[in-house]
Amino acid sequence: MVAAVRLLYATKSVWAILCALLVGAIVIMAGGSDPLAAYAALFHGAFFEYHGIATTLVKMSPLLLAGLAVVLPLRAGLFNIGAEGQIYLGALFATLAALYLPAMPGWLHITVCSLAGMLGGALWALVPAYLKAWHNINEVIVTLLMNYIGINLISYAVSGPMMDEGAPYPYSAEIREDLWLPHILPRTDAHLGVVIGVALAVLMYFVLERTSIGYSINTVGRNPQAARYAGMSVRQHIVWTLVAGGALAGLAGTYEVLGLKYRLFHMFSAGYGYDGIVVAFLSGSHPLYAILAALFLGGLRSGANIMQRAVGVPTTVVDSIEGLVVIFVATSLAFRFERSRWAVLWRRRKDVDAALAGAGEK
Amino acid sequence: MMNILSDPTMLADFLATALRLSVPVIFAALGGVLSERSGVYNIGLEGMILAGAFGAAVGGYFAGTPLVGLAVGIGFGVLCALLLAVLGVSLGVNQIVAGIAINALMLGLTAFLSRVVFHGQGNTMHLDGFMPIAIPGLADIPVVGPVLFKQDVLVYAMYALVALSYWIMFHTRWGLNIRAVGENPRAADTAGISVPRLRYACVLTSGGLAGLGGCYLVLSQIFLFSEHMSAGKGFIALAAVILGRWSPLGALFACLLFGVCDALQLRLQFANPEVPYQAFVILPYAVSILALIGLVGKPTPPAAVGLHYERESK
Repeated sequence: MVAAVRLLYATKSVWAILCALLVGAIVIMAGGSDPLAAYAALFHGAFFEYHGIATTLVKMSPLLLAGLAVVLPLRAGLFNIGAEGQIYLGALFATLAALYLPAMPGWLHITVCSLAGMLGGALWALVPAYLKAWHNINEVIVTLLMNYIGINLISYAVSGPMMDEGAPYPYSAEIREDLWLPHILPRTDAHLGVVIGVALAVLMYFVLERTSIGYSINTVGRNPQAARYAGMSVRQHIVWTLVAGGALAGLAGTYEVLGLKYRLFHMFSAGYGYDGIVVAFLSGSHPLYAILAALFLGGLRSGANIMQRAVGVPTTVVDSIEGLVVIFVATSLAFRFERSRWAVLWRRRKDVDAALAGAGEK
Repeated sequence: MMNILSDPTMLADFLATALRLSVPVIFAALGGVLSERSGVYNIGLEGMILAGAFGAAVGGYFAGTPLVGLAVGIGFGVLCALLLAVLGVSLGVNQIVAGIAINALMLGLTAFLSRVVFHGQGNTMHLDGFMPIAIPGLADIPVVGPVLFKQDVLVYAMYALVALSYWIMFHTRWGLNIRAVGENPRAADTAGISVPRLRYACVLTSGGLAGLGGCYLVLSQIFLFSEHMSAGKGFIALAAVILGRWSPLGALFACLLFGVCDALQLRLQFANPEVPYQAFVILPYAVSILALIGLVGKPTPPAAVGLHYERESK
């Protein structure tokens, strides 16, 4: 019995997601549609259909990289809500490298573009990192403010100096075809970005859990005083984790250009930086679970379009479901088995057993 | 550009635009000041403005009078804030995550429900709203008069609310308690102040104020509801809270400065494509960062903002 209850508590995130989908169903019903048909179309389209899966992977790529960009600094106790701006700067640097560097062999040029994109995101994160480490200025506020500066900087770049000739809408020239990321599923948009994202998530897992660097990052996050006494530089960890996070977000932006759009667009990111925070939260800042969380959110986004076409339920309902998932999962975290009445009863039973055992010995 | 400064009518027009653009942000920023002073980040202001705007449209649409719209709009803002308070104050969920969830939820829900409620006519309806009322005497002062005293009732309410929140924050015991809870909740608790109750009060009021900002958008400015009409105003309000150093009066002036920037960039987009209008979009955020660095006077956030408070023993 207690084992069953314990299992119920252990799987609470799943129940929370189901609750969120249930409330989402009520919203869909209020809109006059059949929620079962809507969800069937959404999840079948997102996970069981060739082109749908491809779209899921396309959406998953920036979600995962942006999620990792939040996870890493979070381990060192920093909240990076600037992934959105870092994505834009990454995309800008990658596009500049793609359009204006002398031609190189394709694979080398792609690597250079990726490094440039990482540099862009890293530089954008360096500002809040420096201000936090040396002036103790709240990184939450600075990363948030930097987002808007970044977004508008790119908006200026593509409507001014980088604007394509005769473009009806602010975007840059198209990048050379041999710089396009290889596709992983034939005849779809699914590109290599998601594979690189998964590889980086696994790498981050090993670094965080199996290396001394990871150990010191976690120590700084859990107990900065202790870390300082142990001779770790808190400042260096603040700067490096935030800058590395920025580089990951920059990579997310890079692959949106090299893998999907092939140009730099004005306002191209649909809030992936903020969704990255949701990914990091749902994963419990664990890189491997971030893969699952990004897959789930990517599936929601990709299935939404299919649902709209099949059942006529507007895609906006997916935004509400994302919000509901976070709210329910967050609420579920407040319920812990150790605090429940079941745990109290269980402990009591154990105490009685122990007392009986003690009585038997005498 | 220069003729704005030389021609009094054009100057008055320009300043009136700047004020109108800043009014919703001022309401939200007042809410932000209150919430953050009590120790709770309110990243959800954006969603609360949107909820307020939607509520105002729903109330106004069905009752046919802006007063009902106003009440429903404020109510929706408070409901959103209740969600933040339950998650962030009672359950100890990370306040930033809770705020982002509220923004996502409201973005989706208002867009979805507006199609249901208004049968796809949200963009074409014309709601009854609040009309400008000139205050006799004051409205006749050149330039300043028409800008400040030929406004609708919500703007006058804004003047009153700024003054009221300033007075409460810095001249009453209640304000002292709020600041104490935001700086050092443990000490405040020891002094007999209920930390959760005060934080609930501040967060709920903050939601009502942001909702009021949404009401202004619908009932005084556009007279209809459109998807994502908050368009980042909640985040600008957060910047104004910082630049205004967590003071209602400071936030007011920060919002007015941002309003001037916003009016300038709108004008530039049409009048002078040579100057990049984005410079004026960026300016508020850049100035806020410079302020944080201490180049424009150093603001310090409330010490306990964002931290969940729990008594050690229950």
